[in-house]
Amino acid sequence: MARKKTPAINSSSMADIAFLLLIFFLVSTTMDIDTGIYKKLPPIPEELPDEAPKVKQRNVLAILVNRNDDLLVNGEVLSISQLREKTKEFILNPSNNENLPEKKLTTIPFFGDVLVSKGLVSLQNDRGTSYEMYIKVQDELAAASRELKDEKAMQKWNKKYDDLDEEQQGAVRDFVPMQISEAEPKNIGGNK
Amino acid sequence: MGKFKKGGSKELPEISTASLPDIVFMLLFFFMVSTTMREVELNVDVMVPTATEVVKLEKKDLVSNIYVGIPMRQFQKTMGTEPQIQLNDQFSTVEDIQAFIVAEREARKEELRNKLTTSLKVDQYTKMGIIIDIKQELRKASSLKLNYSTRETAE
Repeated sequence: MARKKTPAINSSSMADIAFLLLIFFLVSTTMDIDTGIYKKLPPIPEELPDEAPKVKQRNVLAILVNRNDDLLVNGEVLSISQLREKTKEFILNPSNNENLPEKKLTTIPFFGDVLVSKGLVSLQNDRGTSYEMYIKVQDELAAASRELKDEKAMQKWNKKYDDLDEEQQGAVRDFVPMQISEAEPKNIGGNK
Repeated sequence: MGKFKKGGSKELPEISTASLPDIVFMLLFFFMVSTTMREVELNVDVMVPTATEVVKLEKKDLVSNIYVGIPMRQFQKTMGTEPQIQLNDQFSTVEDIQAFIVAEREARKEELRNKLTTSLKVDQYTKMGIIIDIKQELRKASSLKLNYSTRETAE
């Protein structure tokens, strides 16, 4: 026997090393997943149009938010909790009210010929509006849009909008369009 | 009679700790995989507002962050207590945003450059004025995909 067996390396400190690494990762970990509301900004127009595109007043839901976070919707002071219903009513116009948006006959896949609202949501903030309020308004509008889509999807397929496939989602989107236009900022009552 | 053991006389055998490293390694791998490192040191206090209609932000490598909030205490002497913009690691002004967006684009592969999303992490008590300015700058830089970072409302 010329060779001696190599002795096993003592591995009792392995646990310590692993613990050290573990603690490092525990401390440096951030588990939070970023969530948020997606928006698409309108591109800056190449040249300024001579006049603003004409939209009938009945087709516009004008939402104004002032620096005290008060809400004015089509000349009516509302609280934030009423905005969702108001928006849904505006887009659907169930009673064909003269003051609510017109509808246009459109052919949409799956649904056939349907009346689609020509409504348009216009949002205007003051520079002094709080960001929290702005997000709340955006959130309510998004919620109104989602509820409308869910409603239509339920009627047609008995499924939620999120469970539909791409084409079906597109059809529902065309059926209850939610156009939000953010007006160029105004500065009422000075800075801050 | 040797058939019956006498209780109490024998010591308990030691629990083997040979599997301890394995357990620890398992935990270690879990944290290594689930970890995301903080990319930037925050100089401003950001408490994003809550909302219900939130969407998960996917593809984190295609997101550039803009932080807006009141400077942290140690910076308040120099920066004041008005909300400030933070890009990367430093305080910036609205004018820096275009350059920042260009730099962010340069850092990405060419085919991914138009897929960049800007995530606005803004403190909830900030006034809209500064955000309107930021949005204008983003439009000028034609970085049109925007995400307002929000927490989901706890129900």
